[in-house]
Order: sequence, then structure tokens, then C-alpha cells
Amino acid sequence: MQVQLSHPARMIEIKGPKKVKDLLRELNLVVEAHLVIKGDDLVTEDEMLYDKDQVEIRPVISGGSQAEVEAKAEQKPPTDSSSTLLKPALA
Amino acid sequence: MNCTKCKTKAVIGLPRHNAAFCKGCFNGFVHDQVARAIKSEWMFGKEDRILVAVSGGKDSLALWDILLKMGYRADALYVDLGIGTYSEQSHAKVTKFAEAVAASHGATLHLHTVEQEAGAGIKELAQLIHRPTCSTCGTIKRYQFNRVAIEQQYDVMATGHNLDDEAARLLGNVLHWQEEYLDKQGPSLPASVEGFAKKVKPLFRLSERELAAYAVLNRIDYIVEECPMAKGSKMLQYKEVLNRLETESPGTKQTFYWGFLEKQSKKQPTATTMTEKDRAVLHPCASCSQPTTAEVCSYCKMMARAKAHSTS
Repeated sequence: MQVQLSHPARMIEIKGPKKVKDLLRELNLVVEAHLVIKGDDLVTEDEMLYDKDQVEIRPVISGGSQAEVEAKAEQKPPTDSSSTLLKPALA
Repeated sequence: MNCTKCKTKAVIGLPRHNAAFCKGCFNGFVHDQVARAIKSEWMFGKEDRILVAVSGGKDSLALWDILLKMGYRADALYVDLGIGTYSEQSHAKVTKFAEAVAASHGATLHLHTVEQEAGAGIKELAQLIHRPTCSTCGTIKRYQFNRVAIEQQYDVMATGHNLDDEAARLLGNVLHWQEEYLDKQGPSLPASVEGFAKKVKPLFRLSERELAAYAVLNRIDYIVEECPMAKGSKMLQYKEVLNRLETESPGTKQTFYWGFLEKQSKKQPTATTMTEKDRAVLHPCASCSQPTTAEVCSYCKMMARAKAHSTS
């Protein structure tokens, strides 16, 4: 089957038939951090995938800038201003 | 795998709830979790005007979608950071959602472009003022969202922080024993002083995977690429660790964060103390009047340096 991966975007070929959870395990990917999409639909971990299938394994983790800001602020006690003392959360 | 509720074919399994759902029942689950968050933390009511901070990512667009579908009066603000093609793509996703979905609910999208005001994108601006890009980004976003919320008289500002965000941040704070920051980790922060909007996180009961699934199932076109500035961030590392634990022991993240909230809620004077602390140290910025502990807030200082550089 053709498997589309992200970060970086690439396509790989994996031999089927194979359950979704086994595909993730083979690629050393954690279930909790990924979705498996076939066509326009999500597939559950117990679903069987075959050679003719095209699937996308989409990472769901984002942890971008705001979170990092707060981590940095947390490591360095604020000295002035709203940017560190108040650090309201944004997503 | 069949849906726990209606027994048709499931599209997602949720081990932490020992459940699986079809699309319809999953949407019901997501809306129910958000409704519980709003009610339990006294976030807002149906008459309140809400400003959602949107980035083009799954969480913020899902939040805007959920609030509109639940019948709330929710507008949004997008801050264009000027990070090359990443910002172009995320801007396009937000605009597309605003036109295709939000407009039909009568909702408005506000826009702030960093380059227009500062004369440079976030990366160049950070280099100019010798600060990390993520820190500069945080200062600008916090400032602009608060400014628009106050100027446009919104009752509350909502962000798309989810269970993973909060659990990872809590882990970071605990690992470094940053106890002084724990008071601000609740999902509902009051408008402690004049000039600050109330801030809420209605997605704190939902995991990152659940929100990505909601976006995919409801055809919300979001930016999948990670912000190029966030690569290697500590928060991503904390999330990876927590997800490995979650996979082995479903429910770890919610037990960690919700357990923390429960303990905090038993500390009676917390909310008062936080407000009192803010009132004791904050006063209006001499330049823009937003609350700050210094004479001039860090945002105004940053803009002054950027403008001085551009005219020199």
C-alpha cells in the first residue's frame, strides 16, 4: 500500500494486508500522536489495510510558538511587563 | 470496532474513555466535552461576545467551528506573523474557513498583520531586537489579542489550548518546580485588572488527537505543517513523552491535568490571590495603556526599537 507521511512530506510503500495498529508499530509511530486517513475517512486501529489502499498517516502534535514562549518564561522569572508575568495562553 | 453508542461502524477509538464513536456520535462527544468545560469553569454564556484566537491550525479552527455550531456569538482574530509561505498558507486556511463556515453564522474575522505595523516579519523583527522568535511571537500575539478584545468590547477571549497543551505545560512547570506559574494554569483566567480581557480555554477536556479527528471528520481544512520556528521546542518533547505514557496507560494526561485542577480548586483563595497580585503590580503602559509592570510595556518597547531601526 502507499503510505503518505509528514514532517517531511514523503510517500513510502508498505506490504499489506496489515492492521492499522501494526502499520503504526512497524513505523515506530505512537497511536496517540497520529491519525490514519483512508480517502476522506478516518480508520480505526483494528481495521485491515490492503496493497491497493492509499493511506495518510497524519501527525496531530503541534506545539508551537506559544507553548515555547511559556516554557521559556517559566525558566526565567519575569522582570517586567505583561509578556512574562501574565502570559495569557494563546493557541 | 463499533460505535459505543449507536453500534454502527466506528471511525475513532478513544482508549482513555474506553469508547469508540462513529462520526455523528463523536461530534456529539466533542460538543458535550466543550459544553462541560464552559459550564464547569464559568467561561461564558450565550449572550456573551467571544473573540477566538485563530492560527489556521486544527485546534483554533475546530474551536471556532464548535462554538458557532453550539450557538455562541464567536468572532475571531488572526495575526499574520509574516513567516514566509507558512504564514501565507495559514492565512489562506483561516480566510477560507471564515468565508465558507463562519460567515454563514454571521461571524467576523479580524486581521492583524505584523509586517504592516512593525515593518518586518516576526523572524526579522526578533533578529532586530535580539530576542528568540517564539518569545517575540508570544508577546505580539498576547498583545494584539488583548488589544482587539478590549477595543472591540468582547466579553471574553478564547484560545484553542487542548488537554495535551495543558498537560505538557504542567509537566514543564513541575519538572522545573515553577510553582509560581501554577496559579495561571487554569482554563479560565479572570479579567484581573482593567485593560485585560478574560481568557478561557474551552478545549481543555479534549486531546490533540481528538481535535485533529474532529477537524478531519468535519472537513475543516487546517495547516498540517508545524510552524518552522517551533522545531525542537521543549513542549514538543514533553508532548512526545506524555503520548508514549498515554499509549501504554490510557487516561494518563487527563489524570495528570484534571487532577491538578481539582487540587487547585480546593485551594480556596487562589483566584482572589491571583487578582490581588495582578492589581498590586500592574498599571497602564505610558505609551499604549495596556497593563504592565514596567513604565512602558514590552510590546511598545519592541515596536519602538523596530521603528528606530527602520528609520536609521
